[in-house]
Amino acid sequence: MTFLRTTALASAAIFAGSAAFAGCGLSGGNVNILGNDFAAIQSVVAGAAECAGDGVTVESNLTTEHRDLQVAALTANPAQYTSAIVANSSIVPLINEDLIRPLDDLVAKHGQNLNPTQLITVDGKVMAIAFMANAQHLYYRSDILEAAGIEPPTTYEEVIAAAQKLEADGVMQNPYAMNSQTGWNLGEEFVNMYLGHGGQFFEPGTARPSINNETGVATLNTLKALADVSNPDFLTFDSNATAALWESGSLALATMWGSRAAPILDDEGSTEEVTSTTVLAAAPTVAGGNTPASTLWWDGFTIAKNISDEDAEATFVALLNGMTEDRIAANNDLAVWLAPGYTPGATAEGVFATATAGARPYPMIPFMGLMHTALGNELSDFLQGNESAEQALADVEAAYTAAAREQGFLN
Amino acid sequence: MPHKTFFWFILPSLAAMLLFIALPIVSVAIQSLHIEHEQVLITVENCGPFGCEQETVVDTAATAELRQAQPLGRFNGLGTYFDRGHLATAEVAEIWRTADGIREFFSRLMNLPFYKALVFTLAYTAIVTPSVILLGMAIALGVNALPRMFRGPTIFVSLLPMIVTPLIGSLILFWMIDAEGIIGKTLQVLFDDPELSLKASPTLTWITLFVYGIWHSAPFAFVVFYAGLQTVPGETLEAAMVDGASRWERIRYVVIPYMAPLVVFVTLIQLMDNFRVFEPIVGFSAEANATSLSYIIYSDLRGDVARFGSAAATSLLTIVGVAILLTPVLIRTWRDFNRKRA
Repeated sequence: MTFLRTTALASAAIFAGSAAFAGCGLSGGNVNILGNDFAAIQSVVAGAAECAGDGVTVESNLTTEHRDLQVAALTANPAQYTSAIVANSSIVPLINEDLIRPLDDLVAKHGQNLNPTQLITVDGKVMAIAFMANAQHLYYRSDILEAAGIEPPTTYEEVIAAAQKLEADGVMQNPYAMNSQTGWNLGEEFVNMYLGHGGQFFEPGTARPSINNETGVATLNTLKALADVSNPDFLTFDSNATAALWESGSLALATMWGSRAAPILDDEGSTEEVTSTTVLAAAPTVAGGNTPASTLWWDGFTIAKNISDEDAEATFVALLNGMTEDRIAANNDLAVWLAPGYTPGATAEGVFATATAGARPYPMIPFMGLMHTALGNELSDFLQGNESAEQALADVEAAYTAAAREQGFLN
Repeated sequence: MPHKTFFWFILPSLAAMLLFIALPIVSVAIQSLHIEHEQVLITVENCGPFGCEQETVVDTAATAELRQAQPLGRFNGLGTYFDRGHLATAEVAEIWRTADGIREFFSRLMNLPFYKALVFTLAYTAIVTPSVILLGMAIALGVNALPRMFRGPTIFVSLLPMIVTPLIGSLILFWMIDAEGIIGKTLQVLFDDPELSLKASPTLTWITLFVYGIWHSAPFAFVVFYAGLQTVPGETLEAAMVDGASRWERIRYVVIPYMAPLVVFVTLIQLMDNFRVFEPIVGFSAEANATSLSYIIYSDLRGDVARFGSAAATSLLTIVGVAILLTPVLIRTWRDFNRKRA
């Protein structure tokens, strides 16, 4: 698949190469991009591929397994890829290992058209250029809620009550879904809900965990209540599974990624009945909190450290060519773009509402990844009713501590 | 064969084994004794599209210096082997001290990732291995009794589960047992339980994985046994028939003793294969209810932070486990070998 896509991009690039902008004004250089595989990134990389020609080569590997490849691939010298497309969690291991270069000089030279909000700075140095935003938020079916006389929910307590009412009225069994597959997805649900409850993952200023407390227990109880109104298979649900359930019309409420909105609302894979009544709303708040129980994410590109300056410049220019105003306007609905040229449309409503309501960004902390992994692996026993919330949280802390010791974050 | 000739004869494969099997294991063993350097952390201001935050980052220059001085990382001895992710000696001792009765001891032991994985791995090995041998033998005897013209197509169909890539095979079954899939829905109707889910309950997940394992490996045993059946001497079988032995008695007293070395061979291969069960867990998304030692290694190496030390320790523990499992079979083979030589 990826190979085919690369070939297709390359041949598209050959045609484009005959046009005036071949090489994008570069005298040469190799561009090789590693990134996640969804429509918005595909469109950026297709734009970068148009720079191929006149001594510039552009290749790419877009795969959902990108996080597992990036550290090893960029550690090599010269690096296997000149750019890694990352999000706020996956940039952390690259910064930890010092594998990406500061972009200040390239931004000064080529980045006049960037929005200031696109610059991701760490300790004052630009380390990545963000091009889109993402967040998990609420999807609901206005027709089903209206017919049952339920107001659109704005808190998770209301979501649970609405789902229970739909079940009790016999309208629908298991009307709710979230991405709760054991592993990264389940960890993300806890992170969102815990921040919504106002929780702190670590003791301030240290890498010591601090989740085994009342806030943690309340978070788990909310997740359990949501799991109880989900399909019994919920521990196997990833983004693809929940989106398919939504499109099949068997859900009335769901917490899903904003980047799923475009494929759900398009005219493929679902019926008019579902798409015309799907409403994208802000992520609900929880436990009387003011900020939505969700985290904000950006996707952006980084440039590898272990490559020549010529390749770095070529990569930077090529990727900027993937987010020109024309290209963003042409692919307007694929994402919530941060680059100039974007007009917020229907598919962006959920993410915008969530960001406006004050959701916090996912924390860029060096040891957050270890906490996320521990959460994803240790919570399923509790959600299946096999152990207490306190035990599950103690397990998470113990698993995190073992991992953090091994990685040198704790003694 | 004189020893010298023998030595030169096996030298190439010996060299390859050293290079591709022994050396990597030594390297993994060394890795398992080390952990990462202490990370030097500093707090800086990070900014992005959603505003600025004070956040911790790793001081890469200082960490690089530490790394330069000790490229392997910090020496940790057997520390990783005994931490909570592996043998968890401290936790087990604590559970033993505070547990109220053996039942609670085991249920709390199952809370530790290594033991949870070990129990599933052992159960899988203990159930799938004999089932595969029995089923493989039954299919081989059945096919052998068929008229010649039907044998070709039957063998082809029986081999299909082995031809299908394990991951693809498990994914196909995964979709069939989905609550909306053909098997899942049928079971719900049969048992009149709309909440029945093969993926949600640990017991049903285990059974699904066992059934998949038997389905996938039985053709291998079948092929080996079927080949063996072709070499059972006809005279002995005829002599048994003349003596009035029934079909069952002929199988029990002639065929099975004749096939014993093949059974040992299949047992060895299956023990090794089943102890490193992995693909079906990924294919069936069964992580919540069943993990195996191989799955722990895989999950350590995935994600944002690869935990090489932890994965190396689990790998070596897996090797020890395979060695323990194979010992009885190997001792038996060694005895047979000595008996024949004597």
